[in-house]
Amino acid sequence: MNIQVPASLGAVSLPQDVVDALLPMHVRCDPTGTIVHVGPTCAKMVGDEAKILGRNVLDVFNFKRPTGADTFEGLMLAANQRLTLSWVGAEHLTLRGVIQPLSEREGAILDLSFGLSFARAVAEFSMNLSDFAVTDQTVELLYLHEAKASTMRLSEHLTNRLQDAHATAQAQAHTDVLTGLSNRRAMDDELQFLMASRNKDFTLLHLDLDLFKQVNDTHGHAAGDYVLKEVGRILDSELRRNDFPARVGGDEFLIVLRPAQTDAVVSRIAKRIIQRIEEPIGIEGGTVQISASIGVTSTTNYPKRPSIKQMMEDVDKALYSAKHNGRGQHVFFRPEEA
Amino acid sequence: MHGMINRAFQGFLVETYGREVWDEVCSVAQLRFSDFEAMLHYEDHLTMACFEAAISLLHKNPNVLLEDVGTFLITHKPYAPLKRLLRFGGGTFPDFLMSLEELPDRGRMAMSNIEMPEIEVVRIDEQGFRVTAQWALPGIGPLLLGALRAMADDYGALATLCLDGIEGRRESLRIDIFDTAHSSGNDFVLGEVPA
Repeated sequence: MNIQVPASLGAVSLPQDVVDALLPMHVRCDPTGTIVHVGPTCAKMVGDEAKILGRNVLDVFNFKRPTGADTFEGLMLAANQRLTLSWVGAEHLTLRGVIQPLSEREGAILDLSFGLSFARAVAEFSMNLSDFAVTDQTVELLYLHEAKASTMRLSEHLTNRLQDAHATAQAQAHTDVLTGLSNRRAMDDELQFLMASRNKDFTLLHLDLDLFKQVNDTHGHAAGDYVLKEVGRILDSELRRNDFPARVGGDEFLIVLRPAQTDAVVSRIAKRIIQRIEEPIGIEGGTVQISASIGVTSTTNYPKRPSIKQMMEDVDKALYSAKHNGRGQHVFFRPEEA
Repeated sequence: MHGMINRAFQGFLVETYGREVWDEVCSVAQLRFSDFEAMLHYEDHLTMACFEAAISLLHKNPNVLLEDVGTFLITHKPYAPLKRLLRFGGGTFPDFLMSLEELPDRGRMAMSNIEMPEIEVVRIDEQGFRVTAQWALPGIGPLLLGALRAMADDYGALATLCLDGIEGRRESLRIDIFDTAHSSGNDFVLGEVPA
């Protein structure tokens, strides 16, 4: 549908102060492109309007779009289109603009806005509310920009605190309260993690204390707890940083040695652990002596990657053999014997 | 009430009267936690319980305490970002007052689920305004009184403000502005100020 513009509305002639209020960020140039008037906000941006009055717009602005407009006539071909430009000397602040021809003799108006560089631009040019037209939403954008920054900071604080709380809860959920070692849940996670990556070979030890029941029965649970703590300390000190000991039951421990070790190395480690556990432990009113049996298997034992279930069954068999053979010793699981 | 509002009240009590008083408030109000979280939501009765615990522990008139909270929100340094957001409302104190009707929308632009007061501003005569506000909880009148008095200072305006009646949940203030540039006030420049 065509809108009929009555002839009487065809042209408007506005006093300069009205144009300044409506378009505070504009410059007006004569038909040759020489700047003859600078809007109040543009004047503030350049510091002193005398710096640009009488100069050509093409010398004051860099035009990135349209490209190749090196004459004022060339620039006027882009009238009514979106221009991308910047002040010469402030190329890092990309402005948006539009140039509109006035009547033949009057030249043109080049009106500007900050586009997406608004946040940096208002800071660099020390703008305040009165530098923008009343209808200009840039101020609302700035408001949103600041409000968003504030709420983001609050959200980040909350997220960090939640992350810390989560890490603490996770650590608590994965720790055996009595010995401070990892618990069964932590061991399950660890085994699953190791199994998930096919190239991580490891050795699994299942350690069960011997004669522990007697300690509990004869000296009470407090003594039993003390002995368990002592075993925890021994495992902690005898293993290397990469190894992973966990208390997975009353007097049962699982130990992962990473990477998988040769039988000779495992034997040395197992013997040393058993030897240390066999040392008399001082408790209130005397000493107690216990021992430990250990079953051993290793991912390298199997032609194909075994399941966790398979390894647990096999290491149990080995532990059973160790117990059966007279306790206080370690036994390797041998697949060919299975 | 939004955690931001509860957290602000907590901040006011901690900064003005000390952590011990806040701990007392928590225990009298039977909170199950010791800090409000600004980004979470809480039941209104918790906000009221804290407020009532505070006035009884501090032997304060409720209006006086609310007015102090309002002033605190505008003048306490760490809340400067909030004051800056309010200054976006207008270049002068009268412009700012007239813009208070936009406050709920401004608040929701910053945080979509925050409970903002509905505000009506009527110009009574050359220098006088009536501001009427309605909020989910009682007490928005004295709260605004403290906040707007501090905003007048921030703009450098000379003004008198007083409570001007309550009708149901609508609480009114009367504001007379004698000079919009009585003192230099605080500058407000757009663009992010470095934290």
